[in-house]
Amino acid sequence: MPFTAKSGKFNASIKTVTIGTGDKAITLGGENVLPFYSFDAPIENAPKVGIEITDFGLENEPDCIKKYYEGCTTLTDMAKKAASFEGVDFLSFRMEGGDPNGANKSTEELIAALKEVADAVDIPLVVAGSKNAERDSELLSKAAEAVQGRNAIILAAKEENYKTVGAAAGLAYGQIVGAESSVDINLAKQLNVLLTQLGVNASSIAMNVGTATAGYGYEYVASTMQRVKAAALSQNDAQLQMPIITPVASETWGVKESVTSQEDIPEWGDQERRGVDMEVQTAAADLACGSNAVILKHPTSIATISKMIKELV
Amino acid sequence: MALKGLDIFKLSPKKNCKECGSPTCMAFSMKVAQGAVDVNACPYFSEEAKAQLSEATAPPMKTVKIGTGSEEFALGGETVMERHEKTFVSKTRYAVTLCNCMDDATIDAKLADIPKIEYERIGERMYVEMIYVNYKADGQTDYVELVKKAAALGRTMILGCDDAETAKAALAVCKDSKPVLNGATSKNYEAMNAVAKEAGVVLGVCGADMNEIYDTIKALEGLGNKDLIVDTTAATIKETFANTVQLRRAAIKDGDRTCGYPSIVNLAKLAKGDMHLQSALAAVFTVQYGSIVVMEELTYAEALPLFGLRQNIFTDPQKPMRVDPGVYSINGGDENSICLTTVDFALTYFLVSGELERSGVPCNLIISDAGGLSVLTAWAAGKLSASTIEKFWKEQDIEGKIKSRKLVIPGKVAVLKGEIEAKLPGWEIIIAPTEAAQLVKFLKDM
Repeated sequence: MPFTAKSGKFNASIKTVTIGTGDKAITLGGENVLPFYSFDAPIENAPKVGIEITDFGLENEPDCIKKYYEGCTTLTDMAKKAASFEGVDFLSFRMEGGDPNGANKSTEELIAALKEVADAVDIPLVVAGSKNAERDSELLSKAAEAVQGRNAIILAAKEENYKTVGAAAGLAYGQIVGAESSVDINLAKQLNVLLTQLGVNASSIAMNVGTATAGYGYEYVASTMQRVKAAALSQNDAQLQMPIITPVASETWGVKESVTSQEDIPEWGDQERRGVDMEVQTAAADLACGSNAVILKHPTSIATISKMIKELV
Repeated sequence: MALKGLDIFKLSPKKNCKECGSPTCMAFSMKVAQGAVDVNACPYFSEEAKAQLSEATAPPMKTVKIGTGSEEFALGGETVMERHEKTFVSKTRYAVTLCNCMDDATIDAKLADIPKIEYERIGERMYVEMIYVNYKADGQTDYVELVKKAAALGRTMILGCDDAETAKAALAVCKDSKPVLNGATSKNYEAMNAVAKEAGVVLGVCGADMNEIYDTIKALEGLGNKDLIVDTTAATIKETFANTVQLRRAAIKDGDRTCGYPSIVNLAKLAKGDMHLQSALAAVFTVQYGSIVVMEELTYAEALPLFGLRQNIFTDPQKPMRVDPGVYSINGGDENSICLTTVDFALTYFLVSGELERSGVPCNLIISDAGGLSVLTAWAAGKLSASTIEKFWKEQDIEGKIKSRKLVIPGKVAVLKGEIEAKLPGWEIIIAPTEAAQLVKFLKDM
């Protein structure tokens, strides 16, 4: 008697969101099954992988990242190089220097940097802010204007600044609004409701439901993503059917397993390998729990995750 | 599949004799259905009815035990598909693979690497728990000798061997440590079953596809063997993932007991030579339904994220993870270094200690017992207050251990400053920023 598996296909599906323009445009979402459950039904659009660079260029990057950008002197060089690595579907530019508690760069300076990066590449763009909600309110609104016509994801509108960021990105300049909440299904839904009430089209929203490094409270990320997908697919909850995009590199490259040098803890071995594995495992877990896109930075991590996606979809 | 009270009532003697302690057979049946009373409390339930009942109330997925003593591991026994529904009970275990097709130098190097992974993370010992010893008929070294060598490390073993005669010889040298014999197929299952039964070990079922695996499990169950594990590894990564998920889903959601066994996923076969891909897949199969994950190597690069991920996934979704209260020295902080305090919620601890490490400033992080709650929740619940801090200071003899009299408290409980100053005379109380991310700048500017 052969094994008969019941299909786990759902009647509802994740909304599709297209980023970018022309033949380089990519589409997130569309599936009506759980992550990688291609045995239930074909996965409409394979998850996508992005590469992150910041306004600091190579200044704050570890040596194992720098070596891949050898010879790059400007953000233009770096962006072009980043877009050329194997497996890169989109580019994420993070304006880290906007943090008022950090470098606190001027908006003009950051927007000029963003324009430089945007002009250098024709692949889809994600524009990420400084993580400071108040600063991002102004910064991301200006950013949405600066990349008008690129159909970029503006990452992200939060509960504190969704009115300004959401209105600029989603209404005034026709971008995709990234909706960021912190590992709670109710908060994720609430923000989507608020954004749609503001007038943002539901098919112009991508969620960042929260992110963490493997081992660092990751259970909350896993359960939030799994519950969001369950609500979207099995209960047909339209306010949770937006695809999920998850920044990974900005989390994993800050933990001690990735930053500690081999000189400091010799038994841990090569730092680059550790950093890549932390990034790769976190991204793989994100994708298995429901992310439709992940943002990484090490070229080896990107190639690995891209290969994994091809194998599984 | 859980039986309803009414179904149990139909099987009951219907005497209403009250000898079981319940007023009626109906009430008794209801309690049995909820799991509140054991059916044996009724002296008149027929053996036949009991057998029918135990069959019906058996868990959807069998718990299989392998290894002995401190190296005994329970696999399977899960009742849900996702961790937020109910705690996953049996952690994914990781094995490093050896093969008699490797040369002696490679084998020795691998065996020497295994004990190198040894550390503690939030109270849990992290190490390579299992060794998978693969058999190839045309291998260059003697399989039994290799098994003997590997067994000397004292880890739980999995013998990947589909030749019954060789398996028998290998089990003769290691069966007391309760290894798994992995390699029963539709062709050899009778001989393999005899070998596994004689040695008293768990048998792993393999097959080209789910149909072969399913039929082989049925056949082995027919021979009375339910001490099984299923090797879901197929020719491709995609099929392997499909097998692993479908096996678990058929057991838990559809109640198909033939699928209710733990799984083995062999990444060394699926992504040979690509350690980063094995790393990624190990994370996927930790999140989704791998009971044993076999890898070519397990160095700190793979282990640090993987063991951390596993620790997160296999926790009670209703109970936060906690770190042990105490004084944690960071960046070589000593008795004269500045002190910071926060709660014992693991997530808070990791965020704060991570930022402190990044600052490079030597300091002492004092974690008090706050019931595993976050800063604001602990404060609201009265588990983080001037009194709890004072009590903790006395219990731990902080003033005896540390000479510094500077204490940084979480920005979210700035209101406690005055009270703490009153309870800890002589201490300068400093208010930290409200977010951990701002700690680096805060400490550097001090």
